[in-house]
Amino acid sequence: MSKPLSIVKSRFIPVNIENIDTDQIIPARFLKATTKEGFGKNLFRDWRYENDDETKPKADFPLNQARYSGEILVAGKNFGCGSSREHAAWSILDYGFRVVVSSFFADIFKNNALNNGVLPVQVSDGFLQKIFARDAESELTVDLARQTITINASGESESFDINSYKKTCLLNGYDDIDFLLSIKPEIETFETERG
Amino acid sequence: MNDFTDNMESNKHKNSSSIPSPGAGGITLFDKIWEKHVVKTIDDGPSVLYIDKHLIHEVTSPQAFTGLNKRGIQVFRPKQVVATADHNVPTLNQHLPIKEELGRKQVEALIKNCAEHGIELYGLGHPFQGIVHVIGPELGITRPGMTIVCGDSHTSTHGAFGSIAFGIGTSEVEMVMATQCLLQSKPKLMRITVDGTLNKGVVSKDIVLYILSKISASGATGYAVEFAGSAIRSLSMEARMTICNMSIEMGGRCGLIAPDETTFNYIKGREFAPKGADWDRESASWEKLYSDADAVFDKEYHFNAEDIQPMITYGTNPGMGIGVNENIPTTETIHETDRSGLAKSLAYMGLREGTPIKGQKIDYVFIGSCTNSRIEDLRMVASFVKGKKKDDSVEVWVVPGSKQVEAQAIKEGIDKVFEEAGFQLRQPGCSACLGMNEDKIPAGKYCISTSNRNFEGRQGAGARTLLASPLTAAAAAITGKVSDIRELLQHNN
Ligand code: SF4
Repeated sequence: MSKPLSIVKSRFIPVNIENIDTDQIIPARFLKATTKEGFGKNLFRDWRYENDDETKPKADFPLNQARYSGEILVAGKNFGCGSSREHAAWSILDYGFRVVVSSFFADIFKNNALNNGVLPVQVSDGFLQKIFARDAESELTVDLARQTITINASGESESFDINSYKKTCLLNGYDDIDFLLSIKPEIETFETERG
Repeated sequence: MNDFTDNMESNKHKNSSSIPSPGAGGITLFDKIWEKHVVKTIDDGPSVLYIDKHLIHEVTSPQAFTGLNKRGIQVFRPKQVVATADHNVPTLNQHLPIKEELGRKQVEALIKNCAEHGIELYGLGHPFQGIVHVIGPELGITRPGMTIVCGDSHTSTHGAFGSIAFGIGTSEVEMVMATQCLLQSKPKLMRITVDGTLNKGVVSKDIVLYILSKISASGATGYAVEFAGSAIRSLSMEARMTICNMSIEMGGRCGLIAPDETTFNYIKGREFAPKGADWDRESASWEKLYSDADAVFDKEYHFNAEDIQPMITYGTNPGMGIGVNENIPTTETIHETDRSGLAKSLAYMGLREGTPIKGQKIDYVFIGSCTNSRIEDLRMVASFVKGKKKDDSVEVWVVPGSKQVEAQAIKEGIDKVFEEAGFQLRQPGCSACLGMNEDKIPAGKYCISTSNRNFEGRQGAGARTLLASPLTAAAAAITGKVSDIRELLQHNN
């Protein structure tokens, strides 16, 4: 079970960088935990701090700028490429994001995000640029049921894709394991039939 | 689970375990394997895909076991799971307790979890221990026609045997442990054909870096990629693995190559390969695993082997590669996907656009990782290095992919060749590929690496990685700088 998600209306934090790979989202040296919690403080670790020193935040990185806040992360094209580490999704969730907006997502990241109740919203390049052009006060509304994302101030809106199975899961906070466990007898039949 | 099941039941389930009927065209290799593993398909949703083999390691499994324990369930089919410790193990003094506390805890958790759930573990000290993608094939666990998953993106390696093999996240690791199944949407299909004969000094790593430089690090996102063509057919199994290994670097969901005699000969006689009548039956079924001549792909690329030079990367994604004799691109000449990132990449790498990469000074050489740490890689390096010495300014680490590779290297005297050349032969593990253990490249230093990722900080915070083949890495070890292996091969005897 994860937290259900339907409408997220929030300001956003822009990280206007393309090809953000999973090593940037959460560097490998933080993968040694045996639980899923506490990764948020290491999100974008090497971009956030000078020489890995938490007392020296890099002033030009958006996560360190007080004017930005919110539950929506907006990132450049091809977000989440690289490794399969689910820690990337955990760190984003743990930091407080429920939605990541980009114009392109890597496959594994997309699955990992969805499995943890984080919604990846893929928008057109043009719409992404419109969001980046807004100031820090702007709010976005992501409506999962209607599959739309709106820039509230201007009313500009775009729809996004999500398969209906995943949508049901997110809206209700179900996860894939619940579903798979519920069809175990069918899995056993499949095993017997294929010999 | 009550209403959830109801909800899902309201989506009509349809069984689709049959192979799609031909007529609209032949069937691809991918489809042949996929359809045999679909338990059921959810309308407008993913398929329930049955998984034959699940490989696990210490880093991405602990939270999955915790999840199972919370639900109070056991691993469903423990015999179909194999475990090893590789990602954060030390590569020196493996007989001693692991010094680094968090890493040690992960390895201990793996031992405990495997024991509790009845999973075979090839841990430190076991003769089968090694990088998960090296041991699967070498033990005969990886076989054609299978579905194979692991909580590591380079699971695509196993596709070299004509299997569907892909990396998964930890929630998915938990799913497979709980049900031996995954919910998966079928990817689109791409075929990359490489025909012709490779130039001297050009090896499979160069092929894949070349393809990456042409289609970019996101060029295959959303696709399963089949590699075909005479240049691919002519490769050994280990060389094919190098190519499939890096299909994930193109964004591919997985990479695969149709099995053939080379594949069968490689598998035969290995530890867990089928024997006797089982062999006859299984291998007969492998003969049918190829894409039909009239099969249609969503996307196709064709390349000529003759066009490929020894390759090297200059940037911070594996698509940013050039021939060793070429100049680093400029904003005008670079692939458009990387245009906006070029300046940032080069600033990180301390390199300048439009300048030659050849001659760039190197501080470290890393020969290892699931891309290039197999016995053929070590043999290739040893045969070039024999009788030579490394340049004084470089440190050279050779990290074999497994205990078996290490033992074989020692048996063949490769360890002596390395010792005389001043290369350090270490113990098996992922090592500097991702720098989770002590094997890190210091900030600002240049490392020529046979691994698969040159991301910022991948080999250590601030480390500068240049990806290349084992031969090109060995050339840099001898000269202390980026060199064209072909020029050095000419001077060889
Ligand atoms: S060697 Fe590198 S890429 Fe391969 S499994 Fe280990 S960490 Fe992953």
